Amino acid sequence: MFEPRYFKKLGLEDISHKVAEGERLTISDGERLFACPDMNAIGSLAHQVRTRLHGNTAYYIVNRHINYSNICVNGCRFCAFSRKKGDPLSFELSEQEILDKICASGNGLREIHIVGGCHPDLPLSFFEDLVRKIRVIKPDAFIKAFTAVEIAHFAKKEGTSVIDILARLKSAGVQMLPGGGAEVFSARVRERLCPEKLDGNGWLDVMRQAHETGIRTNATMLYGHIETVRERLDHMAALRELQDRTGGFVCFIPLTFQPANTGLSHLPPTTGVDDLKTIAVSRLMLDNIEHIKAYWVMLSVKLAQAALFFGADDFDGTVVEEKIGHMAGAESQQGMTRREIERTIRAAGLEPVERDSLFRKVFRRPASEGRLSSSPDAVWLEND
Amino acid sequence: MIDNGRLNIDQAWDLYRSADFHTLGRMAHEVRLKKHSSSLKKHSSSLKRHSLSLENRSQSLEKHFEPVVTYIVDRNINYSNVCVCGCRFCAFFRPPGHSESFVLSRKELSEKIEETLRLGGTQVLLQGGLHPDLPLSFYEEMLSFIKSNYPIHIHGFSPPEIVFFSRLEGIGTAEVISRLRVAGLDSIPGGGAEILVDSVRRRVSPRKCSSAEWLAVMEEAHSQGLRTTATMMFGHEEAPRDRLLHLFALRDLQDRTAGFTAFIPWAFQPQNTAIPREPETAVSYLRLLAISRLVLDNFDNIQASWVTMGPKVAQLALFFGANDFGSTMIEENVVAAAGVHFRLSSEEIDRIIQSAGFQARRRTMTYELL
Repeated sequence: MFEPRYFKKLGLEDISHKVAEGERLTISDGERLFACPDMNAIGSLAHQVRTRLHGNTAYYIVNRHINYSNICVNGCRFCAFSRKKGDPLSFELSEQEILDKICASGNGLREIHIVGGCHPDLPLSFFEDLVRKIRVIKPDAFIKAFTAVEIAHFAKKEGTSVIDILARLKSAGVQMLPGGGAEVFSARVRERLCPEKLDGNGWLDVMRQAHETGIRTNATMLYGHIETVRERLDHMAALRELQDRTGGFVCFIPLTFQPANTGLSHLPPTTGVDDLKTIAVSRLMLDNIEHIKAYWVMLSVKLAQAALFFGADDFDGTVVEEKIGHMAGAESQQGMTRREIERTIRAAGLEPVERDSLFRKVFRRPASEGRLSSSPDAVWLEND
Repeated sequence: MIDNGRLNIDQAWDLYRSADFHTLGRMAHEVRLKKHSSSLKKHSSSLKRHSLSLENRSQSLEKHFEPVVTYIVDRNINYSNVCVCGCRFCAFFRPPGHSESFVLSRKELSEKIEETLRLGGTQVLLQGGLHPDLPLSFYEEMLSFIKSNYPIHIHGFSPPEIVFFSRLEGIGTAEVISRLRVAGLDSIPGGGAEILVDSVRRRVSPRKCSSAEWLAVMEEAHSQGLRTTATMMFGHEEAPRDRLLHLFALRDLQDRTAGFTAFIPWAFQPQNTAIPREPETAVSYLRLLAISRLVLDNFDNIQASWVTMGPKVAQLALFFGANDFGSTMIEENVVAAAGVHFRLSSEEIDRIIQSAGFQARRRTMTYELL
C-alpha cells in the first residue's frame, strides 16, 4: 500500500490508518472514498484488504446459469428481461429443457445458478421436482437457486411462510441462494423503480431466515441508475449489519445497471471509474463479507480483470448462457471457458484458483485435466 | 525514483516487470499531472492575451485546478485497402484485384469530409495501403483537391506509405515528404511503427519498411517542419523487452527533433488476422501505458485507446499516464476489420472524461486547445 503521507495529501490519512488496522469504516468514510479523485489511491487501499484476505488468489467457478423463465408479475423499470405472460418475447423452459441444458454442460460443472422471474403460475412443486432431478444428474454441482424475491413470491403464492419454503427447497437440494433482487434497499428508489417488488427489509428478512435455516447466500447491489452514493453506502451498511448477526453472506456482487431496453434507457451507462470505485468501496466497507465479485458479464471481461486490483477477489465463472444482463445490452460474450478465465487472471499477475460455491478450493486430478470424475470423492475440498 | 533523472532501459524493465500495479499507475499519473499542469498554465497565459475577463478566468483555472484531458473530433479516411505489404497482423488489407478491394472516388472522399465538417470535425486521418499502381501524383492531386475545397487539417500517410512511394517513384523520402507537404499534407500519423525491432518486423510484417526507415521518415518529416505522432502495436509476436526497445528508439529520436506530438500504444487485435493469439488484457495494456509515460519523458502527450480497449478501460487509463482520449473516430475501419467495434460520440467522450474528474477539451493535432 502507498505510504501514509500520500493519503494525508488526499485527506484520507485517517481512513488509510483504519484500513491498515482493520477498523470498521463509517458511512461518511465511504462518502469520502467515493469523492476521492485518485483512482490509484482507492485501488491501493482496497487491494490491501483484498490481499490481506486472499493473497494473490483470484477465484473462479465452473458454473452454468439457468434462467428458467422471464415471465414476471413485477414490472421493475430497470429490467430488460421481464415479460408478462402471453408476450411474444416471454419464455418458459420446461423441466426437460432445463435438464437437457444441464446434461449438456459436461462433467466439470461445480455450480448451477438458477433464477427467473416471479412466475404467476408455476407451483413450488415444479421447482422441488426440478431440483431433486438435478441433484441426481449432477451430484457434484452446487445448486444455488432462487433469489430472496422469488422465495418471498413462492411463499405468497403457496400461502405459507418463507421459512417453510426455504425448508422445502433445502430438503429438495437447494444448497445456497444467489444474491439477486436486492437492487438498492432505499425505499425512495424502490418506490420509483420497482414498487411491486419485495422491499429492502423483506429482502433482508428472507436472507436472515435462510441463514438461520443453514442456507448460505450471496448479496448484490444494482447501482448506476437513480440511486445516490449515500444510498449505495446505506445498502452496504444494511448488509454489514445483517452479516454481523448471521455470518451467512458468502460473497457481495455489485451489479452494474445496464440501461438498454429498460424503462430507464435514457440513462447513460456507468463509467469504468464508477464501477471500480463501487467495487473498491464495497471491499473497504464490507469488512465482514469475505468475497467481492467482479462479475464480468456486467463489467466486461477487460474491466473485471482490472477490478481484481480494486478489491475484487472473484471472477465469477464460465456462466455459459446469460440472459438478464445481455437483454439489457451487456456487450460481453455469453460464456467464458476455464482456459480464458485462467489466462485473464494470470495475465494480471494473479493466481487462478477454481472454487466451489462456498469458495472451497476444487482440486482436479491431473490425469483427468479439466474434468471431474462423477464419483463424489474424486473432488477434494479444502477445509472439509 | 525518477526525480533523479531519466530512466535507463534496465530501470524501465525492472519497473515494467516488477512494480506493483497501483505504484506503476501512480508514478505515471504523477508525471502526467506535472506535465499537464504546466501546459494548462501556458494555456491560461495565452488566454490572458486574448480574453477580456482573463484575470478572473486564469485565476479560476489555477484555483479550481482540474487537469485537462483532450481529444480531437476527426475521422479516419482509408482511401484504399489495396496493399501489397501483406502484414500478418492486418485484417483490413486486400491484395490488388481482390473483389473487396477499393479506392475511394473524389465524390466519396468529399462526402466523408463534408460529414466530418458538419459534425464539428477539424481533421482527417488519411491512410491507405501500399497500392502498387497509384503514382505519387495521385496523392498530390488528392491532397490539393481536399485543401482547395475544405478547411481541414490533413494528418496523412504513415512512414511505410512514404517509403513505398519513394521506391515506386525512384526518389528519396525527403522529396516525397516535400512534395506531399507542398500539395497540402499538414502532419504525419505514427502508424506502421508496429514494434520498432527488426527481428520482430521480419516475422510479422516482412515486406514493411524497417525500423531505421520508419524512424528516418519521421526524422526527415520533423526536419521539414511536419509534426508527427508515434504509435506502437504490441501483443503479437514481440518479446516484452522489445516494447521497451521501441520506446527508447522513440525517445532517442525525440531528443534530436522534438517533432512527435504524442505517443499512442495499441493492443493487437487478433481476430481475422494471420496471428492466432489471445488479445492483450486490460492490466497488460495499463502497465504498458504507464511505463510508456515514464520512459517517454520528452513526449508531451500519451493517448488512451478506447477503440481497442473500450471506453471503461480507456477511462481508467487516464490514471495510468494517458492525458488524451484520442479521437471521436467518426469512421474507423482497421480495428473494426479485426472484429472490435466501439462507438463514442463527443458528448459521451466529454461525459467519460468529466466523470473521471478531468476537464474535457477538444484539441488540434498539435494539442492546441479549441
